[in-house]
Amino acid sequence: MHHLWLIPFFPLAGFLVNGIFGRRFSKGLVSMVAVGSVALSFAWALKCLLALAPLETPHVERYFMWIQSGSLAIPYELSVDRLTAIMLMVVTGIGSLIHIYATGYMHDEDGFYRFFAYLNLFMFFMLTLVLANNYLLLFVGWEGVGLCSYLLIGYYFLKHSASTAGNKAFIVNRIGDFGFSLAMFLIFITFGSLDFQKVFEAAKAVPVEVSAGMMTAICLLLLVGAAGKSAQIPLYVWLPDAMEGPTPVSALIHAATMVTAGVYMVARSAAIFTKAPIAMETVAWVGLATAVMAATIGMTQFDIKKVYAYSTVSQLGYMFLALGVGAFSAGIWHVVTHAFFKALLFLGAGSVIHALHHEQDMRNMGGLRTKIPITFAVLACAWIAISGVPFTSGWYSKEAILGAVHHHSPLMYWIGVATAAVTAFYVSRSMFMTFFGEYRGHAHPHESPPVMWVPLAVLAVLSLAGGFLFNVPHILEPLFPVEHGGHDIMLEIIGSAAGLVGIGLAYVMYVASPGLPDSISSSLGGVYRLVYNKYYVDEAYDATVVRPLVSGSRTGLWQFGDVWLIDGVVNGMGGFARWIGGGVRTLQSGSIRSYAAWVVAGAVIFIIAAGAIAGSNGGLR
Amino acid sequence: MTLLDIVLFLPLVAFIVILALPKTLSRTLALATSMGIFIVSLGLLAPFLGKPTSAVSFETNLIWIQSPAIRYHISLDGLGLWLLLLSTMLTPLCVLISWNYITDRVKEYYAFLLLLEFGVIGVFVSMDLFLFYVFWEVTLVPMYFLIGIWGHDRRIYATVKFFLYTMAGSVLMLAAILYLYSRAGTFDYPMILQLLSSGRLQLTAAEQLPLFLAFFIAFAIKVPLFPLHTWLPDAHVEAPTAGSVMLASVMLKMGTYGIVRFCLPMFGNAAHQCAPVIIALAIIGIIYGALVALVQPNMKKLVAYSSVSHLGFVVLGIFTFTQQGMDGAVYQMLNHGISTGALFMLVGFLYERNHSLEIKSYGGVANVAPVLSVIFMVTTLASIGLPVLNNFVGEFLVLQGAAIVSWKYAALAGLGVIFSACYMLWLYQRAFFGEAGEGVRHHITDINKRELLAIAPLVILMVWMGTGTSLFLKPITAVNAQILEQSKINVEYQVKAPPAPSAEPAPATTAAVVEVARAR
Repeated sequence: MHHLWLIPFFPLAGFLVNGIFGRRFSKGLVSMVAVGSVALSFAWALKCLLALAPLETPHVERYFMWIQSGSLAIPYELSVDRLTAIMLMVVTGIGSLIHIYATGYMHDEDGFYRFFAYLNLFMFFMLTLVLANNYLLLFVGWEGVGLCSYLLIGYYFLKHSASTAGNKAFIVNRIGDFGFSLAMFLIFITFGSLDFQKVFEAAKAVPVEVSAGMMTAICLLLLVGAAGKSAQIPLYVWLPDAMEGPTPVSALIHAATMVTAGVYMVARSAAIFTKAPIAMETVAWVGLATAVMAATIGMTQFDIKKVYAYSTVSQLGYMFLALGVGAFSAGIWHVVTHAFFKALLFLGAGSVIHALHHEQDMRNMGGLRTKIPITFAVLACAWIAISGVPFTSGWYSKEAILGAVHHHSPLMYWIGVATAAVTAFYVSRSMFMTFFGEYRGHAHPHESPPVMWVPLAVLAVLSLAGGFLFNVPHILEPLFPVEHGGHDIMLEIIGSAAGLVGIGLAYVMYVASPGLPDSISSSLGGVYRLVYNKYYVDEAYDATVVRPLVSGSRTGLWQFGDVWLIDGVVNGMGGFARWIGGGVRTLQSGSIRSYAAWVVAGAVIFIIAAGAIAGSNGGLR
Repeated sequence: MTLLDIVLFLPLVAFIVILALPKTLSRTLALATSMGIFIVSLGLLAPFLGKPTSAVSFETNLIWIQSPAIRYHISLDGLGLWLLLLSTMLTPLCVLISWNYITDRVKEYYAFLLLLEFGVIGVFVSMDLFLFYVFWEVTLVPMYFLIGIWGHDRRIYATVKFFLYTMAGSVLMLAAILYLYSRAGTFDYPMILQLLSSGRLQLTAAEQLPLFLAFFIAFAIKVPLFPLHTWLPDAHVEAPTAGSVMLASVMLKMGTYGIVRFCLPMFGNAAHQCAPVIIALAIIGIIYGALVALVQPNMKKLVAYSSVSHLGFVVLGIFTFTQQGMDGAVYQMLNHGISTGALFMLVGFLYERNHSLEIKSYGGVANVAPVLSVIFMVTTLASIGLPVLNNFVGEFLVLQGAAIVSWKYAALAGLGVIFSACYMLWLYQRAFFGEAGEGVRHHITDINKRELLAIAPLVILMVWMGTGTSLFLKPITAVNAQILEQSKINVEYQVKAPPAPSAEPAPATTAAVVEVARAR
């Protein structure tokens, strides 16, 4: 026993302490509880992993039986293997940094304790998710992080847009979870268990499905779940709106950790997915389509957080592309490096927003390079990492993905390369618009305090060196054997060039000749408006699903079905009875004895009728 | 005399005492006696906490009326246990929430509340069909008056509708009970089961079907199963808060309890035969109830329609005839009692402050009543089946059971889980988020100590039943296994019976998995 349960328990305790007593605590004490609990969790996770190394087989700990019904047994059981180990380090490590940053960022907000209570609760559920040893416990964490996401998106609950965005996130995730739970039911029916070891052991014996079958159904349903949580087509629509939440939330939940849960879950279920090639192909195409679509939208947005939100959707698409072509370890590698640089991008953006007193429109920024130099320096590290400049963290994982994709399908590869260029373009665009040129705003920028930029500096180092330091595919070798090893230098040159082309193009358009973007967008006209308005997907969903459902329920089901039809029949029967009653009023003698006689007579008639039916049918079958 | 006899008759004693003593003492008496009853009733747990067993405890079997032979036969098993405890727990809480709200005919009000408790306990422990019927009818009377006297404006319409609907079902059930008596020569339920399983009493399939339907319709009205549900929204909206709580938490469960207790073991054959239709109605109810709840402008109606949806899950679970489905169904009965009871309490708290049930008269409540808002949020989350809270376990088991029969059932019913998030979160957003309006700022105060005391046990149970599930589930599982067995024996007994659907999934042996995978 290494007491793995303590890893999620510390943040849970932090949640309870801050949630119950936080209102009476000073902000310092709230911060200490919140940051301390996550730091403890990180330390304990590290201690467990060091004690358990090299961890070639999973280490399982059972605590007690949760649900037992017939042959269905769900114990409260946690386990660690190398995949979990990586996720644990990312979640608790980056989680700690973001908690520290948030104590500075949220310092002047109301409900400081509430914010940190939710954030700690999120850590509890996220750690439950990655430590769970069966699908149902994973699902507990899965829905739990969704809840925290809902609570934190709607943190500014006075704003209607914030609470609406929270609802949207929850409900869209629920649609995904619907798929996930159906997959669970099928897993239990097929394998007789939800336990990871048992399911994967049994799945190994299943032949690869050439045509669609049970494995394909399970995997496609799991994909629905993953698409909800990890914002893939068609369920990505909640993530951009989720930016209503405070920026540290965007960094922790909507970039670094929670949204990668879908990637984790698919990688965790690799034993099933590898038996369902049709599902794998679907995963790859969904990922690729999401990557392309979100990247194009990212090019046109002016809200700095929206740009990074679409960037997150796009990068998650990249990870799904990796999973779909069977490069599970490359996908997880990108989870790790993306956690570094995207958390940094968001926190850096938060630092900019903080400096400009809640200005988020990049058209009102510019020239901040000299005004907030530390923020610029750290953001620049994230910028080159996401653009895939050679030897930064993003470059390693992106090249690993593209290499595997090329092996699978050259067509997908070239689309992926183009997307990489677009990625570099929109991130560079945001950097140029924010930090270069003339300052176009009115607020007086001020540099953030050390409690905010020190975590950024740590993340900056990780963004630069993280790929080199953590060779994830090598770590995951026992789980996901690398099939097509060896580097193709030609592919790496093409991939790197794509990033540099994107940066260069953005430089030309936003620094060298700043009039260019406007003339391009106006010459593109309709296409530009289509992309700028995010392909009108929200509007389409609203018109085809949301509004018909609500108005149909109101007029069709409630007013017509319930009130008019069913209740009309009921009241009509009442009226009919009264009419009959007028005729048989003479029977109403007022004597209890005669009422009793009628009751008995009625019962006798029924019995005779029942007997008659029995006799005439002689058995219904 | 067993502890169960004491627990059963204490509410009746309390009822008489409250009526006998002056009305200034009524509410104190009601609180003291109902608390006492609850504490005594906890003693009933003793035999159920060890090894899981389907055996009955606290049996008393006496002759009540010589001819026709009606027996005072009561006992307790894992099915009745938790529903009984739910009833004894909720009664003192209902006294607490009525504390200041009821100012008119105080004595009668609390007396009726205790009489209601007597009736529902009787329903959950009766092992004689006639005795069961008597208690079933006894519960009607106090509820009729609770709605009719202390209800809102349209209380007379609502209470008459409630009464007639239920009576219509009861008459059918009475007829069926009398017919069974004519065939078996006894009202004693275990004896009838014994006769059926030994073959000494043989019901043809054609006898079974009308009998099953007579029982089932009586229960289905109470549940209520779509399309027999329209009495429920009216009754809830017009009832005083405590009436709504008892109605939703306990009285609706009498219907689902009856189905599990009587319909399945006695008429397993007919139950299997009707299952597809009933499942279809249950699923329609799940989706329909949720969608209609979505568009309600009145909070209590919204919660009432959500009950139609939630009870659909219970009925669905029962008629899957799988261990998981039935366990989930029984668990869901308790869960619904707790989370919906809590929702009605909370809506009642808001009503006492602002005198409106319309959602649009609220908004921004979170600004002025933070603790109330947190409790409402937790209850909302329980109600929409969030893991760690109670409803999740029940819904999961029901849907797993449904999926074993057909994935389509699980998929359709699963839509209800999505919609539940829609209507509850939308309600929460409109009532609690945003800026507080004039009315809300003037009238809404945070929850007080008495109210907190009333709702805290329910919130604790939401978490406890969601995490420490096995404590609660063990006695239920044992009884359900037995009931499944009984309904199967009945099926096998009929020569022309349809084959029973396989209740358990294939074992996880590699060969079987391969086979299953190929077959699909």
